[in-house]
Amino acid sequence: MIKIVNIGMNHETATVELRESLASEYKNNSRTLASIREIDLIEEGLFISTCNRVEALFTTVNALEAKKLIISLMSRLGNIPENSFSSNLYTYEDMDAVRHIFRVACSLDSMVVGEPQILGQIKEAYAQSVKGKTSGVILNRLMHRSFHVAKRSRTETDICEAAVSISYAAVELAKKIFHVLDDKKVLLIGAGEMSELTAKHLMSQGVHSIVVANRTFERAVQVAKLFKAQPVSFEEIEDQLLEVDIVLTSTASSGYIITYDHVKNCLRKRRNRPLFFIDIAVPRDVQPEINNLSNVYVYNIDDLRGIIDLNKKQRQQEAIKVERIVQEEVVKFEKWLKTLEVVPTIVSLREKADAIIQAEIRKSKPALSSLSPSEKQAIKKLTFSISEKILNDPILFLKRKADRPSLNSFLDVTKQLFNLDQNKGNIDNED
Amino acid sequence: MSILWFNTALFFELLATAGFIVYIIKQQKPVFKFSYWILVVGFIFHTIFLAYRYSILEAAPVLNLKSALSFFSWSIICAYLLFHIKFNLRILGSFVAPFASFLMIISSAMPWMNGHIKPVFKSLWLTIHVVTVFMGDALFAIAFLAAIMYLIQEYSIKHKKFGSFYNRLPSLATLDGINYYSLIYGFSFLTIGMITGSIYAQFAFGTYWQWDPKEVWSLVTWLCYAALLHERLTVGWRGRRAAIMSIVCFGVLIFTFLGVSHWMGGYHSFENIGARGAL
Repeated sequence: MIKIVNIGMNHETATVELRESLASEYKNNSRTLASIREIDLIEEGLFISTCNRVEALFTTVNALEAKKLIISLMSRLGNIPENSFSSNLYTYEDMDAVRHIFRVACSLDSMVVGEPQILGQIKEAYAQSVKGKTSGVILNRLMHRSFHVAKRSRTETDICEAAVSISYAAVELAKKIFHVLDDKKVLLIGAGEMSELTAKHLMSQGVHSIVVANRTFERAVQVAKLFKAQPVSFEEIEDQLLEVDIVLTSTASSGYIITYDHVKNCLRKRRNRPLFFIDIAVPRDVQPEINNLSNVYVYNIDDLRGIIDLNKKQRQQEAIKVERIVQEEVVKFEKWLKTLEVVPTIVSLREKADAIIQAEIRKSKPALSSLSPSEKQAIKKLTFSISEKILNDPILFLKRKADRPSLNSFLDVTKQLFNLDQNKGNIDNED
Repeated sequence: MSILWFNTALFFELLATAGFIVYIIKQQKPVFKFSYWILVVGFIFHTIFLAYRYSILEAAPVLNLKSALSFFSWSIICAYLLFHIKFNLRILGSFVAPFASFLMIISSAMPWMNGHIKPVFKSLWLTIHVVTVFMGDALFAIAFLAAIMYLIQEYSIKHKKFGSFYNRLPSLATLDGINYYSLIYGFSFLTIGMITGSIYAQFAFGTYWQWDPKEVWSLVTWLCYAALLHERLTVGWRGRRAAIMSIVCFGVLIFTFLGVSHWMGGYHSFENIGARGAL
């Protein structure tokens, strides 16, 4: 009886250092896959290695031995003694392993639930195993089903919908205010990792006009280069407020850079076009009262964090729906797996029918020799379709019984009824 | 026959409304598609109903409150279907369909008009007057609904309270755009409607303007919308202030449509249209 086994560690069970030491070697996937091919006990196998997880997924007939072999392979490749990481490992078998890989694929098991990268990483791991010829019937099916589960979770639930990072949340808000960002102008005041990331996200949503201001003009020029933007001096900010639609601030200034009066004065000249301030500086750069002006929206870092917390909660809600989808798919997969047990019997049933047809056609060769090639073809077709039709019902019957406990007795009856086990030998003799 | 067409239209419009309400809760696209096409079917029956009434009466079927409400409802659905083609804004249907159905339900509860139509109403000018005025009213109704949606959405963005509407409603720019376009087109229709109305009055009663309460209040409505449009175009009013203003204007419009007829009388009022012999 073949077992599906999953051994690994993720961000919850192991520290970054441990994951890193193992993951670095797995990046060199062809070597790991080669060593998996050498283990006879393992029929099919693949490795998933991302910054948050290191996992081996394989099928074997002897789960206990295979697990030991995989763990020792891990310790060899990662160059760490077995006992230093064996307590960090989790192991799933059969349907639990299937459920686990489905959950990983739709990022229920990720650090940020609903993050989209994991699917790409699993697809890559699977592609590697196909290339390394370590995946077979079961893993092929399992991996394709897990891609399918991930797709369903995305189309049927909102698990990936709401933004869970500051920069995305800001971009989402900008879209709720302006609808399209193509023709919008962004003013970037100050520099910093997060503000630059947000600016990049805004650009990917269509913004192509960016102005950069900084206390030191040289720095403004530097940052402007990153975005092909226009650098301006700090004194020009007030003038720029007439032009821009989105203002991103992240300076280290202790006082407000943009005050209520600045904005109030420019509104009429702007003909009340909406103005969106994203203030990710601590202490704040934008005077909070500005939010009271009409058509002006101010979001500081805490507001954005508030949105993210809300969205995370929403994702948790959606995760419940995804768990249900996972459960449905696990049941479907289990059903399929059981039909695998029927497959050898069905194959030998078909083989027997084919062999009989070939033998009979050979016997009738003299009688058929006067026929034209097209008539011969027709007779061949006819005999094949007769045998197909006769076998159709028994095959369907077996497939239906695949997930019943009585399956084995049905398989036995079928084998006896059609004399399948000895049959092979007889036909070989005739040839 | 009239009752049959009317009830069929009402049935489909109510069904569409139910669908649109399910859509705003569930947000599933197939639900929207279903509701949208049901609404289209309802609209077609409604059109048949109106055409049938027109062929019987040989006058625009708006001469009592019942038919006026039903025609108003038809105009709103018509305006929505046209807007949908331009903006493809699914959520708008969830606001428009209930509103249009509400008017239809009130209309269905009212008695049918009896008696024959006075020949003075069998005029092409009257038909044009009625159709343009109602189209204008319908567009203002859309502007009103968009304004409500805007205020809800603006509140959640401004106060950082993201309720269940935040994800369902479109962006502020879109809602303001709808408000703006329906204002411009609505205003054009209303203007044409008032001009053709006075031309009709000249033909029918020999005077362009007779200080009838409905005429006066229509002028007030027109001036309110003119003021809003002026502020939008010259000063650049937009967003919240424009939304509130278009809600206020719509209140005046509804008063002109219902209140004036009811409380002030005049030759425009539905009672008089039916009752008095000649004007």
